[in-house]
Amino acid sequence: MAAMNPGVVIVGGGIAGQAVCEALRERNADLAITLICGEGSAPYDRVRLSEILVSGEDPQTLQLRPPEWYADHEVELLVGRRVTWVDPQRRVLGLDDVEELAFDKLVLATGSQPLMPPIPGIGLAGVHPFRDPGDCDAIRLAAAEGAVERAAVIGGGLLGLEAARGIAAQGCAVTVVHLLDRLMERQLDAGASALLAPALQGLDIDVEFDRSTQQIIGPDRAHGLRFSDGSELMADLVVVSIGIRPETELARSMGIVCDRGIIVDDAMNTSLPGVLAVGECAQHRGIVYGLVAPIYDQARAAAATLTAIAGVEAAANGLYLGSVMSAKLKVAGIDLVCAGDAVGDLEAVVTDAATGVYRKLTVRDGRVVGTVLLGDTRGAESLVAAVRAGDLVDNPLQALADASLAGPGDLPDTAQICDCNGVCKGALVQAVTEGGCATPREVMAVTRAGTGCGSCQPAVIDIVAAATGGLSDEPAYLCPCRKQTREGLASQIREEGLASVSDVAAACGTGRECGACKPALAYLVSEVCANQHREERDARYINDRVHANIQRDGTFSVVPRMYGGVTTPDELRRIADVADKYEVPMVKVTGGQRLDLLGVKKQDLPAIWRDLGMPSGHAYAKAVRTVKTCVGTDFCRFGLGDAIGLGIEMEKAWEGLHTPHKVKSGVSGCPRNCAEATIKDIGCVAVEGAWQVRAGGAAGGNVREADILATVETRAEALRVATTFLQFYRENADYKERTYDFIPRIGLDKVREIVLGEASGAALRERLRIAKAATADPWLERDDPYHPRQFDDLESPEEPVLVGPPAGAQL
Amino acid sequence: MSVATSVYACRVDDVPLGEGRAITLDGRRIAIFRSGAGWFALDAACPHRGGPLADGIVCDNAVICPLHERRYDLASGTALNADDAVVAHSVRLRGDRVFVTLAVAEHVTA
Repeated sequence: MAAMNPGVVIVGGGIAGQAVCEALRERNADLAITLICGEGSAPYDRVRLSEILVSGEDPQTLQLRPPEWYADHEVELLVGRRVTWVDPQRRVLGLDDVEELAFDKLVLATGSQPLMPPIPGIGLAGVHPFRDPGDCDAIRLAAAEGAVERAAVIGGGLLGLEAARGIAAQGCAVTVVHLLDRLMERQLDAGASALLAPALQGLDIDVEFDRSTQQIIGPDRAHGLRFSDGSELMADLVVVSIGIRPETELARSMGIVCDRGIIVDDAMNTSLPGVLAVGECAQHRGIVYGLVAPIYDQARAAAATLTAIAGVEAAANGLYLGSVMSAKLKVAGIDLVCAGDAVGDLEAVVTDAATGVYRKLTVRDGRVVGTVLLGDTRGAESLVAAVRAGDLVDNPLQALADASLAGPGDLPDTAQICDCNGVCKGALVQAVTEGGCATPREVMAVTRAGTGCGSCQPAVIDIVAAATGGLSDEPAYLCPCRKQTREGLASQIREEGLASVSDVAAACGTGRECGACKPALAYLVSEVCANQHREERDARYINDRVHANIQRDGTFSVVPRMYGGVTTPDELRRIADVADKYEVPMVKVTGGQRLDLLGVKKQDLPAIWRDLGMPSGHAYAKAVRTVKTCVGTDFCRFGLGDAIGLGIEMEKAWEGLHTPHKVKSGVSGCPRNCAEATIKDIGCVAVEGAWQVRAGGAAGGNVREADILATVETRAEALRVATTFLQFYRENADYKERTYDFIPRIGLDKVREIVLGEASGAALRERLRIAKAATADPWLERDDPYHPRQFDDLESPEEPVLVGPPAGAQL
Repeated sequence: MSVATSVYACRVDDVPLGEGRAITLDGRRIAIFRSGAGWFALDAACPHRGGPLADGIVCDNAVICPLHERRYDLASGTALNADDAVVAHSVRLRGDRVFVTLAVAEHVTA
């Protein structure tokens, strides 16, 4: 087949190569496509590297598409291969000098290299560019290990500032040294830049201006910078981020005309017929675009050219006419959006130095040509859309004010919402009206909007809500007041090292307005911090403040833990004694095979726990509750597996772990299923010679049979699969989302892939182990209360003591 | 009671920040709250089904009943997602001591 029709070969597996791939496949399902990646992995989202630098997450999470996507879309993916020569006449190229590959058309998406200044010391150890996951790892390690007292970032552009933020997040002092007298001079004017420096200072990032680095001080490794005025800055880690150099070497070797980049026309053709160039390696109308949004436009134009029928001119709308530059600074704690020109012949500026707000609209010949929004980015989508469209404007000051009030619903369909994936509002609305999507999540999956850096997710959610007429009741926001999603908050907690609900409230205001999300925040903080968080009881439901379940009359119920539902005469005696001593109105056997003491007064709880001498059963919490078991092989004549043994193991392995919603489990020793394991959140059923591990069962308002995650041979394997699923649910479910809603949302195949995957499963179990190690029996607070009045009301005076000041007196 | 008087209720430390506690003052069950925005007092029982508001989730300006999540404004007692308002009382601090001035029943409007 390849010999018959070699098709399109794309050289370069960055965002540009991937974008061309996708745009091509969208236009033509049959065309043979080969994508050659020089780096050792499939295309990943380089734009988000700075997030990885902060969070330390596996760069694997940046993959633009999962490995199976390439097979599904019949794209031949060659990873870690370099094109060493191209023979344009024969239409053949060489891979690593060993293999030849034929092509009909060639797309160069070779990207760029970081620019490294030719100064003494640039090659020393401790000097890094910031370009790929390897750089990211090296910088992060150096900054985090404490051997570095101060780091220096050369270059105060977008990427340099994001790198500095990443270093500061590791607790390492960092100074940005910039050649000019203002930061991000390509995007910002002096006014915005003047406010940006103090905002960075607030994040422990120092900035020095007018600094021309002449030398990196050695000799064995980097120890500092020497500037042109003779002054020095001590730094053991130096990150260089002064710009990019388009990678044109291959193009030049083919005789293609290059300037800074590979010169392309509006159809993305290079000077050589049948060879195109896209992305950071290309120079279009004199401009090399170093930002992501234009790349998508270029990729679409390239796809139009590649699929055009020979001899027919590409339609005008298939051409690339250039892009308005726009950028968002992804530095948590600083909101900055800019687009177009920062200066015009008419400018409207609203600024408040005290709060660090700077909003500007620039106009030329009556048309909007640029905007800078710092500190307050309300209306950014509509203002950037106005810049892109070159809207006419009479009163720019009024336009600025109007934009801050406009929601995404007021935007035109052509307004680009997701800059990472180039998705316009119209496409989102269409996904609802024509694509049948009902929730933001579905729309994001279909359009890929919001799946890049995630900063546009609130806008996507608003637009989808408007398009569905608000029919979606999906709890898309964890905090609706502040429009914060669980995913967004989790990454902020990770990036900024937030350790408590009040930390999160201070960082983004969540939980303060209506308070409804406080328990969800409390869970999220504890989960992300693996239970090493700072506990704040006011964020917990009363059940979790007093570790008992509130009843309709304000009394509480007490359920001690009985692993697997197995108890002893001694425990039963103590329970009976407690029921007598505290005049407990009712003792009942629960559905989960436990004993429930109902109608207990709050102030009696600590003494009852002490008398019981049993650990908490967590019957009041969104946590691992009971594991219901049948008698299994111990006594039952039908038993195939040791249900009690496995149930007790599960309960002990998971005891004390909080979960997005309650987790009720069961283990049945044979398919007769007396423990009803097939309608539990997590259930195990022994079958002949094996264990079925199931999840997502329900027996509430709806009955749902639990899905089979896996059938495994041993009890130990069953425990392992069930444990892995538990952690997957803990990390990925929305608060108050039961397993039976969670699995259908994620998709059973995806759940299986991650839970049963060797590496992903091991990582989940490791994180569970760490979280479990930090749990303790909450009923021990009987002797060590969180607050002296944890279980007490206030002491009411017999007679009111009228000693207070008269009403209205000012104190 | 015709003349409103301030009644000593508790010490500042008796109520953890961000929580509420119940007390009986002048024969009336009251919930005292210490939110991020200050001190407040409401009748202790939720008008919906009698839930103990002192056990609710407290945010800056509101409390959510622990039984059925009805929400009330702490300062005014206005129902934010419920039908009936709850009676609000005024709270003043003197040093570390907390005083409540009970609302006069006749002046309360739902």
